[in-house]
Amino acid sequence: MSDRLAALLRPAALGTLAGLVVLAALPFYLTDFWLLTGLFAMAAALGAIGLNLLSGTTGQLSLGHSFFLAVGAYGYIWFAGDDGRSGTHDVTGLGLPTPIALVAAVLLAGVMGGLFSPISGRLRGMYLGVATLALVFIGEHVMNNATTVTGGYNGRAAEPMTFFGFTLTDREPHLEVLGIEFGAYERLWYLALVLLVVGVVVARNLLRGRPGRALGAVRDSEIAAAVMGVPVARYRSAAFVVSSMYAGLAGVLLALVFGRVIPDYFGLALSIDYLAMIVIGGLGSVGGAVAGAAFVTVLPQLFAHYAGALPLVTATGTDGIGPQEASRYLYGAAIVLVLLFSPGGLAGLARRTAAPRRRAAGHGATSRPRTKEPQGADT
Amino acid sequence: MTKLSEIALNGLALGSVYALIALGFVVIFKASGVMNFAHASLLLLGGYVIARFHDELGFAGAVVVGVLATAAAAGVIEVLFIRGLGKVELHVLTILTIGVDILLTTELVRRIGSDKLSLGDPWGTDAAHIGDVYVAEARIAAIVVAVVLIGVFFIAFRFTSWGLSMRAASEDREAAALMGVRMKRVQLIAWCVAGGLAAVAAVFLTAAPTPGLDRTTGLVALKAFPAAVLGGMDSALGALIGSLLVGLTEALAAGYQSELDAFGGDVSSVAPYVVMILVLLVRPTGLLGSKELSRV
Repeated sequence: MSDRLAALLRPAALGTLAGLVVLAALPFYLTDFWLLTGLFAMAAALGAIGLNLLSGTTGQLSLGHSFFLAVGAYGYIWFAGDDGRSGTHDVTGLGLPTPIALVAAVLLAGVMGGLFSPISGRLRGMYLGVATLALVFIGEHVMNNATTVTGGYNGRAAEPMTFFGFTLTDREPHLEVLGIEFGAYERLWYLALVLLVVGVVVARNLLRGRPGRALGAVRDSEIAAAVMGVPVARYRSAAFVVSSMYAGLAGVLLALVFGRVIPDYFGLALSIDYLAMIVIGGLGSVGGAVAGAAFVTVLPQLFAHYAGALPLVTATGTDGIGPQEASRYLYGAAIVLVLLFSPGGLAGLARRTAAPRRRAAGHGATSRPRTKEPQGADT
Repeated sequence: MTKLSEIALNGLALGSVYALIALGFVVIFKASGVMNFAHASLLLLGGYVIARFHDELGFAGAVVVGVLATAAAAGVIEVLFIRGLGKVELHVLTILTIGVDILLTTELVRRIGSDKLSLGDPWGTDAAHIGDVYVAEARIAAIVVAVVLIGVFFIAFRFTSWGLSMRAASEDREAAALMGVRMKRVQLIAWCVAGGLAAVAAVFLTAAPTPGLDRTTGLVALKAFPAAVLGGMDSALGALIGSLLVGLTEALAAGYQSELDAFGGDVSSVAPYVVMILVLLVRPTGLLGSKELSRV
């Protein structure tokens, strides 16, 4: 027992605990705008953890992450929704209870990831990257045409989450805690926080256990991994499935936060955002993925909010650099600078500043991709 | 039959424009081992420079300036961002080019705004007749120019010392460097060539009957990805075949949309990707890509 107590009192554990307390307390202090931003950041963090398992740990470049987010979002909408009309289209739905719809949507995303395994198990490097690019475009096409599921171009509303009569909306039942009115965003906040904590813990356990070692071995050398007894194809496909399930969960959360999902949102730009998150955060690091997601999501909002107070940045619609563009510049520059000067991302920076002693011993096995990669004809 | 020939000609024209872009991908991939996502912004840059200068310099002069400027920009990207990294993981480099692309595209889009810029090309909206077949003159010009440029490229690749260095470099980088191939120069030239080709492609992507250059023109480069990949990333000939395949598929899907309505509207925009997936299922390294050999 004293061991466990000591483990709880380590600075890292205490820091995590303090972070959780702060996150849990935030709804009492933030305005709706920042709550919404935080919700997006948490959803993005879940998606980024998934992509990081795939691209960071296993070394499989995926540009198709937004497709699996879309599967999760529309899967939830379809499982939970009822038959009816949305805009100009007739839509169908299964009308399942919402918690079951959430689980079903995550599973559906996993199944879609599994269906892609003939491709994901065989293709390497850039070929896989461009093949997953196809997923985004084919997905957009399907979303715009499968109107009975998606509601077509104008999207479809998502059923709000309900736990035994307690809905995550502004009413039903009316709820006030410590003088703060608990609306949809406050309620969703705690759902997102729970899902995020579960997601982080699962990912960490995966990475620190046997599967994580195996995936790292696959990234570094497939042949060496196979020789060591790692079933390479199965692990590559499994990484894709797990990553898709994380994306699906993020998609469900996004659907709940948005309240209405449109196909246009899930374009290539979204996939690239997720890649940027894991690169800025640090490839292969779960904490890095969360940090990167927060960075990429919050940055544009910060610019939009404080455009007036910043030098060089002008209001939208006037000459000069608007907040939107300023955040794009910073975002592009962040990717380039991080990769040029700190290839380990934010996680690498944190590690370097926190534990200079460990620098000599190199970075952790799962945190820093090795530098060798077969390059088509070059090998 | 007339319809089919028209579609085929349009498809060939589109395919040859894709070929200009896809060749750029292949050259860069062979030299630096990176899939260049910044190509979309280079394409936009080429178009933008030409659109800006065609009033003062005339169309031909503007094209020369545009090609040189884009080649220079590609070279600068190589020197500043790619060279210094040396050997890092493939997708780190790839994501880096995405970052560069975001920077350059943001700047260009800010300048272009919501305008549609004309590149001042001389073809206008005229159509040429070949028998019963009507084809826009710009399309014919695209085929001719692409054939000439690609021909020059293949000859250079086969017979010049740069081509030899290039082939040696993509065969085995270290051995080539030890044999006295100046890798830095080879890579720099590869990027410049790719940039120049992208600028030429921009001319034909925005020529009539297309309305002109706008902020989304660069995205066409994304359709050259399947072209380069289904041909095999390290094969110039493969890129050519892949481009024509993609161009023809797209034109056919657009031409026979009414028969394809079961698959939803605007099938032509996804057709290239479907073809690519099908090819990759059978041949994971593309049609002519070299198989990956590994030593342990």
